[in-house]
Amino acid sequence: MSVQAPQTTDRFFAEQYGLGTAELGRLLDLALGRGGDYADVFAEYSLHRNINFEEETIKSASASTAQGVGVRVVSGDAIGYAYSEDFAWSSLQRAARTAGNIAQAGGQHAPIAVATVPLPDYYAVASPAVNEPAEAKLDLIRRADSTARAYAPTITHVMVMFAEEERRTMVATSEGVLAADVQPRVTLALQVVSERNGDRQSAFQGSAAREGLAYFTDEYSPEETAREAARMATTLHDAVDAPAGAMPVVLGNGWSGVLLHEAVGHGLEADFNRKRTSLYTDRVGEQVAAPGVTLIDDATLPGYIGSLNMDDEGTPGQRTVLIEDGVLVGYMHDWISARHFNTDRTGNGRRQNYHHYPVPRMTNTYLLGGEVDPDEIIRSVDKGVYCVNYSGGQVNISNGDFVFSTVEAYLIEGGKQTAPLKHTSLIGNGPTLLQNVTMIGSDPDIPKRTGTCGKEGQGVPVGAGCPTLLVSELNIGGTQQ
Amino acid sequence: MSVNGADLTEQDYLDVAEAAVAAARKAGAEEAEAAVGAGNDFSATVRQGKTEKLLESGSKGVSLRVFVGGRAASVSTSDFSPAAIRRAASDAVDLAKISDPDEYGGLPDAGFGLSADPDDLETYDPATATLTPERLIDWAGRAEQAAFDAHARVTNSDGGTAGRTTMRVTLANSHGFAASYRRSSCGIGIEAIADDEDGKKRNGWWWSSHRSASQLESPEAVGRTAAERTVRQLGARQAPTGAVPVVWDVTVGPALLGIYARAADGHAAYRRSTFLLGREGETIGSASAVIVDDPTRPGLPASRPFDGEGLPTQRNVLFDAGRFTDFLLDTYSARKLGKTSTHSAGRGGALTTVTTSNFFIEPGTHTPDEIIASVDQGLFLTDLIGFAENITTGDFSRGAGGIWIEGGRLTYPVSEINVSGHLAEMLANLDMVANDLQFRSGTAAPTFRIGTMMVSGQ
Repeated sequence: MSVQAPQTTDRFFAEQYGLGTAELGRLLDLALGRGGDYADVFAEYSLHRNINFEEETIKSASASTAQGVGVRVVSGDAIGYAYSEDFAWSSLQRAARTAGNIAQAGGQHAPIAVATVPLPDYYAVASPAVNEPAEAKLDLIRRADSTARAYAPTITHVMVMFAEEERRTMVATSEGVLAADVQPRVTLALQVVSERNGDRQSAFQGSAAREGLAYFTDEYSPEETAREAARMATTLHDAVDAPAGAMPVVLGNGWSGVLLHEAVGHGLEADFNRKRTSLYTDRVGEQVAAPGVTLIDDATLPGYIGSLNMDDEGTPGQRTVLIEDGVLVGYMHDWISARHFNTDRTGNGRRQNYHHYPVPRMTNTYLLGGEVDPDEIIRSVDKGVYCVNYSGGQVNISNGDFVFSTVEAYLIEGGKQTAPLKHTSLIGNGPTLLQNVTMIGSDPDIPKRTGTCGKEGQGVPVGAGCPTLLVSELNIGGTQQ
Repeated sequence: MSVNGADLTEQDYLDVAEAAVAAARKAGAEEAEAAVGAGNDFSATVRQGKTEKLLESGSKGVSLRVFVGGRAASVSTSDFSPAAIRRAASDAVDLAKISDPDEYGGLPDAGFGLSADPDDLETYDPATATLTPERLIDWAGRAEQAAFDAHARVTNSDGGTAGRTTMRVTLANSHGFAASYRRSSCGIGIEAIADDEDGKKRNGWWWSSHRSASQLESPEAVGRTAAERTVRQLGARQAPTGAVPVVWDVTVGPALLGIYARAADGHAAYRRSTFLLGREGETIGSASAVIVDDPTRPGLPASRPFDGEGLPTQRNVLFDAGRFTDFLLDTYSARKLGKTSTHSAGRGGALTTVTTSNFFIEPGTHTPDEIIASVDQGLFLTDLIGFAENITTGDFSRGAGGIWIEGGRLTYPVSEINVSGHLAEMLANLDMVANDLQFRSGTAAPTFRIGTMMVSGQ
């Protein structure tokens, strides 16, 4: 099997489960039987496989499949949602009626007929990983393991995880849209432990893409991912306590984009602005960032895990400018928020799986490059911190306060990168951070790393990137005064 | 009504689990274990006085673990049909060929059973399963209205939410173990939002949760508390930087406990990725540091009669007056470390995990007010954000918010600050524990004081 053209992917649910255009139309009719403005039916069939490797042995292999159908009815600002894990017609009818209970108005609508819409293809995979022999995957794992162990005699434990996924989705809406997609994903990740004179350090590195096994070459070869994990763990042996307090911070190019995702991106998801719980509410057209700051959400980057041929509402993936030269241009929308703001959907209606209804989510979010030589940015700082890798972060949407955790960071002293720092936190406020971006490097990068974003209990894969940035002041949560 | 599975009886679930085990044995597995889960949820959200969301879900699944020649694999499916079960069994046996033999793998050798009759553990109230959507919508709306009524400064909310959930856990294995229990829970929660002078929004959460509706706080009480917690953050500024006592509110203590649980996980020990490695039997904490995992106590949110491998649950004291007794272990990590399982297995994929149940700091004798009164200059910690802890080294660092304490009194709110320390030193400095332990979830802590931590702000 190769990834099928959109006009054939929707047949999967018809052939496997008898869920064809006629049945979808009848379910939508039933969902809107008590009234309501809009309904959609979301069908999913996902296959996940994992291989876990540790202590030089393949510890285990796992496989799971998940399939289900969710029905959503929107009535005014209200949402009814129910799902079924079996495709029996009576179960699907029950889910449609349950979701439809949100509407009380009653009323008639014309019978709904759905027709397939064409979609782009941002992850054309010649040979999906799920069809490749196990030996090819075991080879990747063993190469990662042996590289990590050979990196330094201090490496005492190596864990490698390989995962593959094939997520088939289909959406039928009361607006007549029928769209279907097959979303592949492969992941290779390592956790390594290094021990030196009783000091124990660990580090994680992972790479992931909507590609086949060919992805694991060059920059994303198992060897390169393993070396990165081993390098980070061993570097930490020489790490010193991070300083505490406010100071200039240089954000390294590439994965520092996750900080922008967290600190700024979430506040630009339109549901928070529709509910007026985001600090960006009513601020379209205003200067919300320093001049030169242009933030993009882009589902069209080929092969990235945040990329989408269609979102989970059947809207094609697209590139959306959020902030342009410091000015807030727009939000990321799903069907509900686009209707509320009377604007176009942006293809950001995503859900983890059929257990959930979609909400506005990021895809691949990145900041465009500027003109400053990255070395010059470091040189401009007398005393500060240079941040390269992170373990995660969190934001308070209401006020933009965020915290980010570094796993690789260095002191900057007299314009030079010096000692590595122990894990520490960056504490700040999203809008303030964007106002304080005083230099934008000429080296934008969007790495294909493992990234999962959580919101309302739903995890979805995302990408992030940026150039080297100077933030004139940010709080470092270290222990040294 | 349920979307799925509610028509099945306990015997039906046991039959599915035992059929899966038998199918795996027939397909060639020496050992097999099937966990069957099923749950039903309903939740309602009311925002600005209008019903905004009604969510209903039912899910079920069978997860089958097999061992073939010491090789482990697992397959899970939500399809309970005999054909699907047979397919899962043969897929699992095929998948095991990828793995290498592992001498530490396999099911427990013996000792399967229940620590108590499931009914005596009081994990399930049948009345919770029949809470109507109308009643939950009413609760959600009243909680939100109470937050608006409590303070004029509360101008928005993320919605009042009320919901119920019921689930059944069933486990069977090729050693002849087969058992099942149910759990119920319902709750009311609300996030209130207020606009600050500088245009910043401040938010505060509160919620109540219990297996029985009769034991919940009233929607009005939940809404009022959320409003108070929001309004007291108005005008928040940064705290001074320095080493000070930190008093942990009941809403943030559980997050810290969860980190100690990860550090005390037997899998982290054999992976050499915890600062507690090699420190079994050592006194690390203060005399006040009594940290317990007790799935056998009736009526708490995470009580359970058997663990994820079918072993009878037991009370495990992780830190006994500061002494780290031992890691929490499932059979696999116990074999790897040459120890005995603490019957703490959770469900993972082909390997089990270690999980906590009712996990708490044993309450002390102080009142929360006494603890605050004991601090001259320090932080009353009410919010944590971020995930910056390193259980390998024990370094802890988190974004934080709360109320500054001066002269034993709560003064001004603080935000955009950071608290940091070392997990071992923090346990050693755990010097006061209050008497206000309540289980809103399985992991719970009373108010407590850590004598000194680094707070960084201005």
